[in-house]
Amino acid sequence: MSHMAQRRPRHELPVRLLLIMPSKGAPEGWPVTRADVAAAILWTGATLYALFGGADFGAGLWDLIAGDAEAGERPRGLIQRSLTPVWEANHVWLIFILVVLWTAFPEAFGAIMSTLYVPLALAALGIVLRGAGFAFRKSVRRLSYRRAMGAVFALSSVLTPFFMGTVVGAIAAGNVPASGDGDAFTSWLQPLPLLSGALFVASGAYLAAIFLVVDAARVEDKEMEGYFSSRALVAGLVAGAIALFGLIALHSEAHYVYDRLIVEGLPLVIVSILCGFGVLALLLGRRRRGLRPLAAGAVIAVIWGWGVAQFPYLLPTSLKIGEAAAPGPTLDAVLIVFVVAAILVLPALGLLYWLSQRELLGE
Amino acid sequence: MPGLDALPLAASESNLLAARELMAFTLAFHIVLACLGVALPAMILSANWLGLKRDDADAMRLARRWSKAMGVTFAVGAVTGTVLSFEFGLLWPHFMARFGDAFGIAFAIEGLFFFTEAIFLAIYIYGWKRLGGWAHWWSGVPMVITGIGGAFSVVTANSWMNQPQGFALDAAGRVVETEPLKVIFNPAWHYEVPHMILAAYMVVGFLVASIYAVGMLRGRRDRLHRLGLLIPLTIACVVTPIQLFVGDTAAREVADHQPAKFAGMECIQESGERQTEYIGGICTSDGVKGSIPIPDLDSYLVGFSADTEVTGLADIPADERPPANTLLHLAFDAMVGIGTALLLLGIWFGFAWWRRREIPRTPWFLRAVAVSGAGAILALWFGWIVTEVGRQPWIVQGYMRTSEAVTDAKGIWFAFAGVLVLYAALGTGAILVLRAMSRRWRSEGEADEADVPYGPAEAPA
Repeated sequence: MSHMAQRRPRHELPVRLLLIMPSKGAPEGWPVTRADVAAAILWTGATLYALFGGADFGAGLWDLIAGDAEAGERPRGLIQRSLTPVWEANHVWLIFILVVLWTAFPEAFGAIMSTLYVPLALAALGIVLRGAGFAFRKSVRRLSYRRAMGAVFALSSVLTPFFMGTVVGAIAAGNVPASGDGDAFTSWLQPLPLLSGALFVASGAYLAAIFLVVDAARVEDKEMEGYFSSRALVAGLVAGAIALFGLIALHSEAHYVYDRLIVEGLPLVIVSILCGFGVLALLLGRRRRGLRPLAAGAVIAVIWGWGVAQFPYLLPTSLKIGEAAAPGPTLDAVLIVFVVAAILVLPALGLLYWLSQRELLGE
Repeated sequence: MPGLDALPLAASESNLLAARELMAFTLAFHIVLACLGVALPAMILSANWLGLKRDDADAMRLARRWSKAMGVTFAVGAVTGTVLSFEFGLLWPHFMARFGDAFGIAFAIEGLFFFTEAIFLAIYIYGWKRLGGWAHWWSGVPMVITGIGGAFSVVTANSWMNQPQGFALDAAGRVVETEPLKVIFNPAWHYEVPHMILAAYMVVGFLVASIYAVGMLRGRRDRLHRLGLLIPLTIACVVTPIQLFVGDTAAREVADHQPAKFAGMECIQESGERQTEYIGGICTSDGVKGSIPIPDLDSYLVGFSADTEVTGLADIPADERPPANTLLHLAFDAMVGIGTALLLLGIWFGFAWWRRREIPRTPWFLRAVAVSGAGAILALWFGWIVTEVGRQPWIVQGYMRTSEAVTDAKGIWFAFAGVLVLYAALGTGAILVLRAMSRRWRSEGEADEADVPYGPAEAPA
């Protein structure tokens, strides 16, 4: 068992961008470190999960409130057709986030897990119920079973993103100490984490409704197009309102993040607002082109706005990205895995979405 | 117990036991589904290949049905696997905080494989209707490769816990330098990884064959059932002798590198040459009670000579001995016993096939196949008990005790109770759904394939 004797600082080695840039290419005092790159990878995973996983959860919410079996048949049918081939792949991003977090920032992972274990365990419970409910529902035929399985799926589709949102809110609020073992309840039972949970649910519903509008338009289902279009409007307005309240809570509970959000993060906040209004205009004008990119843009801008706002902290304000980061070779390995994922997995994922959008996949 | 931290011992020990039980239970549940994810694609593609190559409607129907069943088991496996990644942090936060940067990368690689498998699984399962025959078959091939790759990555992380290397610690015990390639290709990967991949093929082969054996015992002796038994049984029976060879190597490696685990497995008390091999029995500090002793055999198995020195538990510090020696010993013996029985089953089948190109006629053969699936799963569980309980009290052999890794969170026993109920519902639900699918297929007969464009035309029954 090898004990390498030398002691080196774990982090804040200037990144040479490895293969991309020779060591001399980086200017003196180049501000981006390997750890920052790893954090960016983490945020990219979070963005993709928020977009695809979030839309999946949102579709579950619309399934939940689609009414009785008769009224809800068509929207539920559209949801199931849109979701079935892609939902498992969409949720692998969560695994990606967990793995990158524990590999690249193990202390932050330990701190988050040992503090926020209540909402995290509830989110894990929701994941089990949701996946099982969805898979079982489409495999059983009897209406009463389908209804029961559907209820499990739909209810857990709301609870899971809510608890995940409280985790993110608790981190932003600075309630996770770097040493871990923070208070199991007061850490997340606060206005900001709870609002953040609500925002996760609402923005997932918003994304899902937009995606479903486009899906319905593709199969020329006018009724469903209108159905989800009005729901997208409502969800967008609710998400906007929660975000506004969230900003107030941020101001009182998370000074550091708030202060940076309204200065460094301001361009992203503006982008998000503009995207939101753009979606609104497209929906009211019954236009479909550009709907999905704009809706996604609104969510992406918020996530990166949050990232910018808490930079350079991973856990504001007790653990910086550089302090939490793994030794260099591990970060390099994470980067390599990410590049391989981009080369191998993303085209495969693209193929899946392409086949799915062209209606080449189905039961 | 020197070396243990001076926390309020009762609370932390109770947490430790609860966390270990919870982890063991959720792992045992998941590993069966993981096996299906690793090895079922190869069975499906074999049937699909036969169907395409020989224009065989029965083989095609089997492939289609198995892929539908895999849709269910993969979904359940995906969620129980996600639960495990949460549990790493929720139950063992100190382990992950300290060693996540050293061994976590194996899981990142696993993530790649799992992601790719999920994508191609979706394309394959939902591509039956509208993709062309061979294009569809090829869309399934990545599942086989990624299944094996995923198993490699996860098991290599476990083998690192058994023989850790590729990192350096500072005075405070923090990982300050890592060598990811040394982590991944640690000294235990080359026997643990193939042992598990072969186990997955055995479990799935015998399990699928046992389902069709039960059907045949109930009088459903059509060609579909014979083929459904033959394809997976052949794969499992080819793999089994290789597995016994790999397992034998693994046991010798454990004897060399984890002597405490090996002494526990074999109930060896005093170090020395000419060790007796005990088959079965209860381990006590003054010898094994109620076993079948075979003189010198243990030394012979470890070093091919009766003069081979084997370490006994008496030479291992008391606080570094694995707990529950009898459990370890019996689990090891049961695993080897079941493996040997499955080997004999394969020889029987192979002999009959060589002589008469037919499954042995006696119902005893079908009965044996019918229980082989459950037997293989038991052997799988026993093997993991040996690996995991045998490594105790360490979570990272020689570096970190499981008691140092466990969470201080309250209520683990309640979580365990909740998980028991949840997983009971999950397992029952999955089995009921699969049974309902199977009943539907039987009552619909050929109708379930009628709309497959590249499926061969059905002959009227």
